Amino acid sequence: MSIDIDTARRVAKLARIRVEEADLPALAGELSGILTFMEQLNEVDVTGVEPMTSVTPMRLKRRKDEVTDGNIQAQVLKNAPDAREGFFAVPKVVE
Amino acid sequence: MSAPMTAANSWTIAAARDALRKGEITATDLTMACLTAIDAGDDLGAFVHKTPEIALEQARAADARIKAGDAPAMCGIPLGIKDLFCTKGVPSQAASNILRGFKPEYESTVTTKLFDAGAVMLGKLNMDEFAMGSSNETSCYGNAVNPWKVDDRKLTPGGSSGGSAAAVAADLCLGATGTDTGGSIRQPAAFTGIVGIKPTYGRVSRWGVVAFASSLDQAGPMTKTVRDAAIFLQAMAGHDPKDSTSADLAVPDFEAALTGDIRGKKIGLPREYRMDGMPAEIDKLWADGAAMLKDAGAEIVDISLPHTKYALPAYYVIAPAEASSNLARYDGVRYGHRAKLAQGDGITEMYEKTRAEGFGKEVQRRVMIGTYVLSAGFYDAYYNRARKVRALIKRDFDEVFAGGVDAILTPATPSAAFGLGEMSSADPIEMYLNDVFTVTVNLAGLPGVAVPVGLSAQGLPLGLQLIGRPWDEGGLLNHAYVLERAAGFVAKPAKWW
Repeated sequence: MSIDIDTARRVAKLARIRVEEADLPALAGELSGILTFMEQLNEVDVTGVEPMTSVTPMRLKRRKDEVTDGNIQAQVLKNAPDAREGFFAVPKVVE
Repeated sequence: MSAPMTAANSWTIAAARDALRKGEITATDLTMACLTAIDAGDDLGAFVHKTPEIALEQARAADARIKAGDAPAMCGIPLGIKDLFCTKGVPSQAASNILRGFKPEYESTVTTKLFDAGAVMLGKLNMDEFAMGSSNETSCYGNAVNPWKVDDRKLTPGGSSGGSAAAVAADLCLGATGTDTGGSIRQPAAFTGIVGIKPTYGRVSRWGVVAFASSLDQAGPMTKTVRDAAIFLQAMAGHDPKDSTSADLAVPDFEAALTGDIRGKKIGLPREYRMDGMPAEIDKLWADGAAMLKDAGAEIVDISLPHTKYALPAYYVIAPAEASSNLARYDGVRYGHRAKLAQGDGITEMYEKTRAEGFGKEVQRRVMIGTYVLSAGFYDAYYNRARKVRALIKRDFDEVFAGGVDAILTPATPSAAFGLGEMSSADPIEMYLNDVFTVTVNLAGLPGVAVPVGLSAQGLPLGLQLIGRPWDEGGLLNHAYVLERAAGFVAKPAKWW
């Protein structure tokens, strides 16, 4: 599977990573190379095989749905690049 | 046994434990010896955040506990902690610029357990960015350097736990934590002549460890000996309600499992691991290792793991897919780096610029590959197919173990350590091939250990890997212990730093 420049642009957009137009051809080439490597998987007969979801056949633990912590607003916000009045601040989202 | 005559920072954990309990050294003196070695070892690029104040405070507390007769095995043992572990109030960046300045408000379960056991943290260790790499060259801190050297080239300590490997091999600490998603404990251990074990998936809590690929990630110890790995793993392992994939199983006494008796055990040699173009010295090392286990009374059998060749391509679908999802959290909102925005930039520009500036090239590449294989129209063709192949890879192992095999012996790496920068112009896939012998173990969730067994013709360490049954780290370490004793690997790198 070869990735063209439009696809590379779309993938970068989906991944929310800015890639300059000039860098798209090289990116498309790299991604194509990796996907070609992955194509070996098409040789394998996977008929009737369930996709693996967990390495150990154990049921995930359940716990009571109850509050176990909280009231740590200052700690939650401490590492934020921009926090104001108890909130995370971001550029305007709604016009 | 009395305290060894060498400098305390070069001791094993077992020797230090015994000397501490007998009062032959204090944790404070032991810690000081390591801090001195660390300051003299800056050329290795191993420690990226030093924490001497924390270390000395923990050492004093350990001395008080030892004096009071309350000394668990790891009490007073100075360790390095991979930068992937969140440590409260101490930079925890996963070697990424996107987490520059991040100081967690919480402590990972592994470091909590280690500190509860009295262990001492010397600082944070270099690694590949978000643990994505096999040479420690993707780190935002710059390269970690292998203490082993045979000419004027600087060699890679391997990756992603390259700083951990360099620090332990150069005696900057007694042991270090590592993490392993595709070989990141075992490959650097092999490149630096130390021991590294990746436990069974679920044996060690992932809580507070920065996530790369959650179904593959597992933390483990990197140490100078197999006995140290047993002691150290004991303190890391166990059920944690905060990690829903951590197994609610009793942790056996790993050190007690080191009986040195493997008579009658069946060791499998998988024929698919004999790769085309494998260097003759790796092949010979493998045969030598098998002979050592045979001499110890084990039965050597040829086995087949038919889907081996599909492990790397399956891994490079699954791991980036999980990474693209895990790394979505780095958005410049809650922690870490946020790009400077231009007039009129909205939230999308904030995300895109932040992630372009914060993530290095390899991380960007993997996030985008993961995004692609999960995107509409390709999910079945790539991601679901890879998960089916993964099921077949696991089934290969299940069948071998069901056939009575106790452990599997393979090379740990396809070569000895290579020079820093030597792979920089290569195709990314060339670098991925470093994980060819280790990645199957993560896909199947099994425990695997790298043991130093010999030196290459050039004089660099070479390791073998033993793979065990799920939850049988004790038996696995016992096999490793026999191999370690038979190989008698005692070489140390000549100090140049």
